Amino acid sequence: MSILVFVESADGEIKNTSKEAVSYAAALAEKSGENEVIALSIGTTVSENSLSALGKYGAAKVLHVPLEELNQGIIQAYASVINQAIEKTGAKYLILAKSSLGDPVAARVAIKANAELAPNVVELPDLSDGFKVKRSIYTGKAFVWMTLNSDKKIVTIKKNAVEIREGGSEATIEKLDVQIDSSDFEAKITKTDKAEGDILLPEADIVVSGGRGLKGPENWGIIEDLAKALGAATGCSKPVSDMNWRPHHEHVGQTGIKVSPTLYIAVGISGAIQHLAGVNSSKHIVVINKDPEAPFFKAADYGIVGDAFEIVPKLTEAIKAS
Amino acid sequence: MKILVCITHVPDTTSKIAFTDNNTKFDPSGVQFIIGPYDDYALARAVELKEQQGGSVTLLNVGTASTEPTIRKGLAIGADDAIRINAEPLDALFVAKQIAAIVKEGAYDLVLMGRESIDYNGGQVHGMVGELVGMPSISPVMQLDIEGDTAKLAREIEGGKEYLEVKLPLIAGCQEPIAEWKIPNMRGIMSARQKPLQVKEPIGEASTSSLRYELPPPKGQVKMIDPEHVEELVKALKNDIKVL
Ligand SMILES: Cc1cc2nc3c(=O)[nH]c(=O)nc-3n(C[C@H](O)[C@H](O)[C@H](O)COP(=O)(O)OP(=O)(O)OC[C@H]3O[C@@H](n4cnc5c(N)ncnc54)[C@H](O)[C@@H]3O)c2cc1C
Repeated sequence: MSILVFVESADGEIKNTSKEAVSYAAALAEKSGENEVIALSIGTTVSENSLSALGKYGAAKVLHVPLEELNQGIIQAYASVINQAIEKTGAKYLILAKSSLGDPVAARVAIKANAELAPNVVELPDLSDGFKVKRSIYTGKAFVWMTLNSDKKIVTIKKNAVEIREGGSEATIEKLDVQIDSSDFEAKITKTDKAEGDILLPEADIVVSGGRGLKGPENWGIIEDLAKALGAATGCSKPVSDMNWRPHHEHVGQTGIKVSPTLYIAVGISGAIQHLAGVNSSKHIVVINKDPEAPFFKAADYGIVGDAFEIVPKLTEAIKAS
Repeated sequence: MKILVCITHVPDTTSKIAFTDNNTKFDPSGVQFIIGPYDDYALARAVELKEQQGGSVTLLNVGTASTEPTIRKGLAIGADDAIRINAEPLDALFVAKQIAAIVKEGAYDLVLMGRESIDYNGGQVHGMVGELVGMPSISPVMQLDIEGDTAKLAREIEGGKEYLEVKLPLIAGCQEPIAEWKIPNMRGIMSARQKPLQVKEPIGEASTSSLRYELPPPKGQVKMIDPEHVEELVKALKNDIKVL
């Protein structure tokens, strides 16, 4: 019996969140006695080297579906391919990273494969009596343990909840033949707008966000400089994107992107509960705010009370010097 | 155009989350329930599309009688009528099956809902319904326009947007900024009382089970750093957080 992991790529490289998913599968294989972790990669944009390197994180084999028409993530087509891979491998588990593609695809596969699905999982399952998993709910404000009872089980992994394993050897790559039907391509992708070259916010390990305290878009240089010094992605609060100071895809929070980086730095953000909902699963939070009463300090690990326009450039210099 | 909007009844975003009965039950005391914020955007867009193109907007909620005030609020925002499936929405598949049954019966052109509920954050229901009824499902959708029998939409992807075209009928999981947020006015609230709300019994039963809830461990004290000594923070980033 095997564990199948759907892996995603960005700019030709396997995403870190997918490496986390493979690492999770490898740990689950050890725990459950399933004997093989098989990664599944769809499309032709990833190099063979990146695919075989999935062995490092615990995959024995990579099934590759090298069809150009699948280079774009069409939800129905991906669900159909993944389901065929489950049938061909007889996989008992499907593991995916939680993502804008993984989530809607997993839902459709669950129906096709007659599998129960646990989204947003943060820990390895408890296998002592059935299959119990812990998932994050209430936008990070709580967790629930749930049981999956079906034969086949699907789990999506929340970012940064799992350590990426290193070690292991190269995985073998096998081509997987699949049937694709024109009905899987009902939705046509006509254009993609992507922030090129930047570190993608949902994937980033460090995020520097600015709020209304920065007063205007012309002041964002200090945020960008700090982010650059740290190799971080930039984010913002909702009013900032509502006023078009920053693009919508940087808006973090309840109604925006949810991030769970190792480090979140919030500058001139008050820490309203709706903003916190998007960042409360960050491992460490640093808050810079001139108001010592700002609610964000309650959620922070480190705080500096002071004017962002003085503190942030100083901090950037100190980081560069270190 | 016939539009179905599926709404959740969830604790307001600022609610403090607590559990009772040995952490096996959600504690609703002092909690105000609202239409899920993502569902609210879906409803707002449905009302805008109806204004542009004519047709009808039907609300659907899977929930016990306690959700009726939330449904009435949705009617006040501009839906024409509502259906309540009389059951606790215990898991995503169960909810998806209830919605799928209504979608099949109703021949809707468009089924809109939020990208996810803000209680269980699963984001699965739209995809499951799509598969159950054999319709395309797209999520998370941040722009949606209808031209003839074609939907033109934008979907959020990591770090950007993807534009799509798909023929109706279609299921979409929505998020902002798909529409202007709508607040019910007095006329809407008055007329909502008269609008039809049909109650139906559920089909089947929920299968996955939630066992036990947990709250995150309490946050430790924030360590304040003197603004004159930001190098203290740099040290912490290096030695404690290990990101440098
Ligand atoms: C349903 C709903 C959903 C929402 N979803 C989100 C969401 O997803 N994300 C989100 O962010 N918000 C969301 N909000 C809005 C949220 O409630 C707050 O209004 C918002 O987060 C405030 O943004 P802010 O902290 O940037 O601005 P403000 O509240 O104006 O705070 C600015 C902060 O900057 C500080 N400041 C000012 N000048 C300086 C300076 N020179 N140096 C340092 N600090 C300074 C101030 O002390 C203050 O704390 C939502 C609201 C609702 C009702």
